[in-house]
Amino acid sequence: MSSIKSIVDIPTVNKIARLARLEILEKNKQNLTNDLNNILEFVAQLNEVDTSNVEPLASVTGHKLPLRNDEVTDGNIGELVLQNAPETSSGFFVVPKVIE
Amino acid sequence: MSDFLKLDLLGASIALKNKEISSVELTNAYLNAIEKTSSLGAYLDVQADYALEMANRSDKKIQQGTAGPLEGIPIGVKDMFCTKNIKTTASSKILENFYPTYESTVTQNLWNDGAVMLGKLSCDEFAMGSSNETAAKGNVINPWSKTNPMSPGGSSGGSAAAVAARSALAATGTDTGGSIRQPAAFCGITGLKPTYGRCSRWGIVAFSSSLDQAGPLTRTVSDAALMLNSMAGYDVKDSTSANISMPDLMTYLDNSIKGKKIGIPKEYTQDGISQDIMKFYESSISWLKDSGAEIVPVSLPHTKYALPVYYIIAPAEASSNLARYDGVRYGVRNEAATLDEMYELTRGNGFGDEVKRRIMIGTYVLSSGYYDAYYLKAQKVRRLIKEDFENVFKNVDYLLTPSTPTTAFELGQKQDPLTMYLNDIFTVPASLAGVPGISIPVGLDNSGLPVGVQLIANSFDEPGLINVARTLEKCADFNLIPDGAAK
Amino acid sequence: MTETLNLKPGQIKGTSGIWEMVIGLEIHAQISSKSKLFSGASASFGSDANSSVSLVDAAMPGMLPVINKFCVEQAVKTGLALNAKINNISVFDRKNYFYADLPQGYQISQFTKPIVGEGEIIIDLDSENQTVVGIERLHLEQDAGKSLHDQHPTKSFIDLNRTGVALMEIVSKPDIRSPQEAGAYVKKIRSILRYIGACDGNMEEGSLRADCNVSVRRPGDEFGTRCEIKNLNSIRFIIQAIQSEAERQVDIIESGGKINQETRLFDTSTGETRSMRSKEDAHDYRYFPDPDLLPLEFSNEWVAEIKETLPELPDSLKKRLIKDFGITPYDASVLVEEKDYTDFYIKAANGVDGKLTANWMITELFGALKKENLTLENSPVSPENLGKLVGLISKGVISGKIAKDVFSEMMISKKSPEDIVKEKGLEQVSDDKEILKLIDKVILENQEKVKDYLGGKDKLFGFFVGQVMKLSQGKANPGLVNKLLKENLK
Repeated sequence: MSSIKSIVDIPTVNKIARLARLEILEKNKQNLTNDLNNILEFVAQLNEVDTSNVEPLASVTGHKLPLRNDEVTDGNIGELVLQNAPETSSGFFVVPKVIE
Repeated sequence: MSDFLKLDLLGASIALKNKEISSVELTNAYLNAIEKTSSLGAYLDVQADYALEMANRSDKKIQQGTAGPLEGIPIGVKDMFCTKNIKTTASSKILENFYPTYESTVTQNLWNDGAVMLGKLSCDEFAMGSSNETAAKGNVINPWSKTNPMSPGGSSGGSAAAVAARSALAATGTDTGGSIRQPAAFCGITGLKPTYGRCSRWGIVAFSSSLDQAGPLTRTVSDAALMLNSMAGYDVKDSTSANISMPDLMTYLDNSIKGKKIGIPKEYTQDGISQDIMKFYESSISWLKDSGAEIVPVSLPHTKYALPVYYIIAPAEASSNLARYDGVRYGVRNEAATLDEMYELTRGNGFGDEVKRRIMIGTYVLSSGYYDAYYLKAQKVRRLIKEDFENVFKNVDYLLTPSTPTTAFELGQKQDPLTMYLNDIFTVPASLAGVPGISIPVGLDNSGLPVGVQLIANSFDEPGLINVARTLEKCADFNLIPDGAAK
Repeated sequence: MTETLNLKPGQIKGTSGIWEMVIGLEIHAQISSKSKLFSGASASFGSDANSSVSLVDAAMPGMLPVINKFCVEQAVKTGLALNAKINNISVFDRKNYFYADLPQGYQISQFTKPIVGEGEIIIDLDSENQTVVGIERLHLEQDAGKSLHDQHPTKSFIDLNRTGVALMEIVSKPDIRSPQEAGAYVKKIRSILRYIGACDGNMEEGSLRADCNVSVRRPGDEFGTRCEIKNLNSIRFIIQAIQSEAERQVDIIESGGKINQETRLFDTSTGETRSMRSKEDAHDYRYFPDPDLLPLEFSNEWVAEIKETLPELPDSLKKRLIKDFGITPYDASVLVEEKDYTDFYIKAANGVDGKLTANWMITELFGALKKENLTLENSPVSPENLGKLVGLISKGVISGKIAKDVFSEMMISKKSPEDIVKEKGLEQVSDDKEILKLIDKVILENQEKVKDYLGGKDKLFGFFVGQVMKLSQGKANPGLVNKLLKENLK
């Protein structure tokens, strides 16, 4: 791989992977770091654009957020909600224990 | 058998209504075709029994005179649409055992109108890709492949391949940056991305919420019109759904385009486009001119920034949308001693490389210290790109552009992510602006691979888009069928 | 240990001098809507886990949020009641983090553009002093589900019933200077929320919770590093936790240490705060506008319509009660704590002595209700009857002492005071002649004591009063007895 301008390094990649809860195998870390740097370098060309007086785009559609009436129209589908779960118990989802 | 496959959607729907054929016969023909073309890998899951059940019901309705607009028409569904009680995986390992207890609004609209489901179609994992090479269960092969297997494009590669191979009469797809239009171009078929908000996103596995749109992949423009008539519609369950009614697109098909202004954006014909594609693009310009349209050179000055904007916004939204895939409530789980370890193993194992790459980029560009420089900046440039379209549509009615910079490439050829991203260079801008676009096939290049051109219209002008596309389609008169198609 | 000498509330005497507390509170109030903020599942639920969960709450693939109009209205209403700026355009942001009770992997909240901006409320420190506490902002957000960690050695159980319930987060400015002030602030916020009906304010059930940010400083210095104490669900705990935390910080600083900015929990059994099991990296929530939701926009006209529906709020009611009924500010504060107290009081005080009515309500009625574990709603004594009792006292029909007996009977039998007085013949005797008869009898029967009294034992006066009262079975008008005894004990 040619020398890439390094925006992220492996420690940063580790941090991001942690934030995203993604296990990245050691052997893949360098390639991933290179890929990310290539992409980040590619998107950096946006710095060429003068956006000093531009508002970020809030919505593509241009319409306002629709409001819904306060009525109970849903729920009571415990079985359906649990149906695909890898592990359940007495109507609860089950996960490895968390210690606070 | 093969006569059934010859009918396009419009033809089949007329034949069905006239009781010249039955839906069961038609569906069987397609189930057969699926088997014959199984080596293409277009389908992840074929629902033969269910399809025939639906076909039977359709035949009864036709008999009773209560047929819907798509009654008895066998279609394939991209595996990004949740189909009730039928496995939906987004082509990912992480959802390999997921059976939704609900139906997406778009597919429900299709079933309400009488369509028959053949099965679920392969795509790039979580719709992230332009070659259908990131599907967990393996590549999809373009039916136009000659000696070496070619990519059908992506992410709706399975949908495009099936329609081209005549193993589905039509298919649903999703388009976020070009995922309907680009594979349609690679496979020599028609692919339509409607205006953002036209079709409901409820029940479609979310990739990038401000960009995702469902749309049809079909053989012809009329077929696409029929499909979109059913798929589109306001949905209160989707806050981004547009409460703007769409007229019957079929009534616009054969209008004259005399006096319509077609913009030719100079930014879309820079270097890097193959000569064959340029040739067909120029022919298309002539055809439209000959049909009475006025050709107007225009400029969309921020076009070159569309890809970088897209590769910040789409991964950012995806990184958040995919956080729910954590092994707790559905999907596969890799057991571990602690919750965090479980998350990391499950997601590390369950997601493929491209998905992980995009989640990483997305997480990075949203992270503390980088949000302003990347995400916020991208949303500002996105506004400029949208304004480019708004401005240009003050002077012209439609835009004509190439669909892709190249025709289909070999599977395995594009290893580098960035090179892969460049496939979407012509399709991404319309996605960012939320405007509708359609790709139609206009010919074959020197290698015998299909070439597509793209028409873009202003927001909610699907009627006009269909009209011009139909005109161009008539001029191009492209009727070729790939060797890899079922006969 | 705090010494009470020379210290203002909220000050700590350390080994090196006096320290001051700086406190800010983030209150989470569950909106009393029927359905959740972004889903149609019920916001109130029973004990069956995952019974009040929609596919949206469970974050199934392809699910999308749709906002509840009532919740938006309550946020606007609350903002108006806090004298705060209402933002006609606000944005929902995703707060991204991973936890088992957060199915989406993000919470829909509001970060940069909340629905309500700066405001302020006045709180009563004591019967005379008030202070102003600034409100920084109020925003709407989703509540999380519940995790049970203690049911199994290696597993946790997740219930999503609460996931997606609408919360208003009310953030104060760091204007609070003592635990007591913090308590008063929470009480006031709770009261306002209950008045407008936006939240039932039930802290034990978790409808209202507070996170406290506490730091200490030498008076006049810059703010110190703060720690956040999470999820306090009673005013008592809030006060205790803040005191304990401030003391902890003073100890650390005075021993030469530094305060680490961290999140802590209050241990109700030890009365101290402890650090939450820290994660290696601080949370980076990667806030960005939720692309499934468009900006929330409404007109000034709509806000004005909502303003019309606001009931009279505690501060204004308090002023009115003081003015119209002549009661003390302290009594008024107590009565406006709850809207139904005020409603009851106004009915009771109708046409009778306002001050006396207030006294009776606050001291006698509330005391009796508390003893019987009753709420005002279930009071056996109606406001009209309380008023009548006060009337009887004012007119001199019964004495204050007898009135207490009548009141006790009213609590049991629910009868009107006139009926009880009549039935038991408890009318006060205020006739001079009658009382003189009794006085004469007492004097006659206690000649020795009379001699002693006239000889200088002034304290015996009380004895004579007592004897007359006893003879009259408590019905003699005490004032008259006093007067006539003085005249006749010669």
